[in-house]
Amino acid sequence: MTFEPTIVGFLCNWCSYTGADLAGTSRIQYAPNVRVIRVMCSARIDPTFVLKALHDGADGVLICGCHPGDCHYSEGNYKMMRRYPLLKKLLADYGIEEDRVRLEWVSASEGQRFANIVNDMTERVRALGPSPVKMALARDMAER
Amino acid sequence: MAETKLQLAIYWGAACGGCDVSVLDTNEFILEVDKVADIRLWPIAADGKYSDVEAMADGELDVAIMNGAVRNSENEHVCKLLRQKSKVFVAYGSCAYMGGIPGLANLVPRSEIFERAYLTNPSIEPGNRTVPLAETSVNGYHLEIPKFYDRVYKLDQIVDVDYYVPGCPPQPDQCKAAILALVAALTGQADPPPKGAVVGALERALCDDCRREKSEKKISRFYRPWEIMQDPDKCLMEQGIFCAGMATRSGCGVRCPDSGIPCRGCYGPPPGVADQGAKLVSAVASIIDSKDPDEIEQALATLPDFVSFANRYSIPASQLQRSHRQ
Repeated sequence: MTFEPTIVGFLCNWCSYTGADLAGTSRIQYAPNVRVIRVMCSARIDPTFVLKALHDGADGVLICGCHPGDCHYSEGNYKMMRRYPLLKKLLADYGIEEDRVRLEWVSASEGQRFANIVNDMTERVRALGPSPVKMALARDMAER
Repeated sequence: MAETKLQLAIYWGAACGGCDVSVLDTNEFILEVDKVADIRLWPIAADGKYSDVEAMADGELDVAIMNGAVRNSENEHVCKLLRQKSKVFVAYGSCAYMGGIPGLANLVPRSEIFERAYLTNPSIEPGNRTVPLAETSVNGYHLEIPKFYDRVYKLDQIVDVDYYVPGCPPQPDQCKAAILALVAALTGQADPPPKGAVVGALERALCDDCRREKSEKKISRFYRPWEIMQDPDKCLMEQGIFCAGMATRSGCGVRCPDSGIPCRGCYGPPPGVADQGAKLVSAVASIIDSKDPDEIEQALATLPDFVSFANRYSIPASQLQRSHRQ
C-alpha cells in the first residue's frame, strides 16, 4: 500500500483559499492529501502552528498567501516572507527535512497553480515517508 | 524532629549545581528556612541518603524542590521518588522547568555524545580508549551505572509538577519569594498559588522591564555581541544583537541586558506561549527591514546556529523536543 501523507495547509482567506476554491469549482483533479485551514492572512500563521502541526503528526505543512504586493492588508504576506526562512532554519536545526514545509504564493485566479503545488508537494512528502516526529516522541516516552 | 516543622527535600538531576548555589545565595535567609523546616535531603549541602527517602511514608515531605533535568535513570528514579513522598513538588530552575542547557543535547544522538566525551575529545590522552560500561563485574561484584537516556526530559514529562520556578539560576530574591509563598501556603497563612503556576517570576515579557530605549525596530543584519560597539542605552535588538527578551518572561531583574549582554531566555516563555523558539522566529523575522527574499536570506545568514538562540533553555519544552534527523 502506498503511503498517503497528511499535509496541513494554512491558506489566506483573500487569495489562496479562494484559489483553492477555484480549483474545486473548476473541477480540477488533484491530490486529496492537504487538510486546509483557512486563516485571514498568511501573517496570522504563527510558527507555533506549523510546529504544532508537525508535533501532532502532520507529514508536511503547506503555507499559501497572496503574491507579494497583493496582500489584502498591504503588508501581511511580507511578514510571512520574512518568517519563513527563519522557520526553515529552525526546522533544519531540529532535523526536519526541507521538503516537509513549503511557502507558496497563490492568487484567487490560480486554481490550476494551487492544484499543481498540492500535487507536487504530495509527491515530495510521499517520497520522504511518514514524519519522524510523532513516532520519535512516542519512542522517547517508551524508552524509560 | 518537631512535629510542626516543615519537611523539605532539595535535589538535583542533570544540573550544574548553580541552582543549589542560588538557594544558598539567599544568605542568612537560609537560616530562617532552617528554623521552620527540617531539611531531609539536600545532596550538595546536607547529609541524607536515597534509602532514607525510600523509607518515608508517601506524602511525608511537605515540599520537594528539584533542580536539573532528567538525563538518566537515576535522575528519573529520584524524581519519581520525591514526587511520591512529597505533598508539593517544585521544578526549580530552567533545567527542571524546560530542560535547560542540558536539553541542547537533544539535538545530537546519545552515541555522538558518548564518542565526543570519551573518544574524540581533544583533551583525551591519545590512544586512551577507556569508556564507561553500563554493567561490569569486579572481583565477583556486579556493578551497574544509571542508564543514560537518548534525550533530556523536563520534569513534567516525567512526573506531575505543582509549581515552577524559572531561571538559570533563579535570582536569590525570587527564590526567597517563592519559598516564602510556599511556607505561607503550607502553614495556612495564605492561599496556595494555583497548581501549575510559575512562581518567583512576573506575568509579562522582559522588554516591559528593560530600561533600554525602544523605538521602531528595523535591522538589516545581526551582530554577535563582540562584533559591534553597542549603544548602552538603546534596545539591543534594534542594534542587531539577538536578544530573547521579546519572548521571555520577566522576573529576573533584567540583569543581562542591563550589563550589555543580550537575554538568552532562561526565564522561559511569557504566559500563554507554547514555544519560545517559535515566538522568537515571529518576533525576529518581523523586524528585518526588507521585502526582498534574497536580502532577507542575507540578513538571516548572519544569525548562525539559530536553534541555540531560539530554544537555548527550552528544547525539551519545545514542540519538536529533539532532533528528528534520521
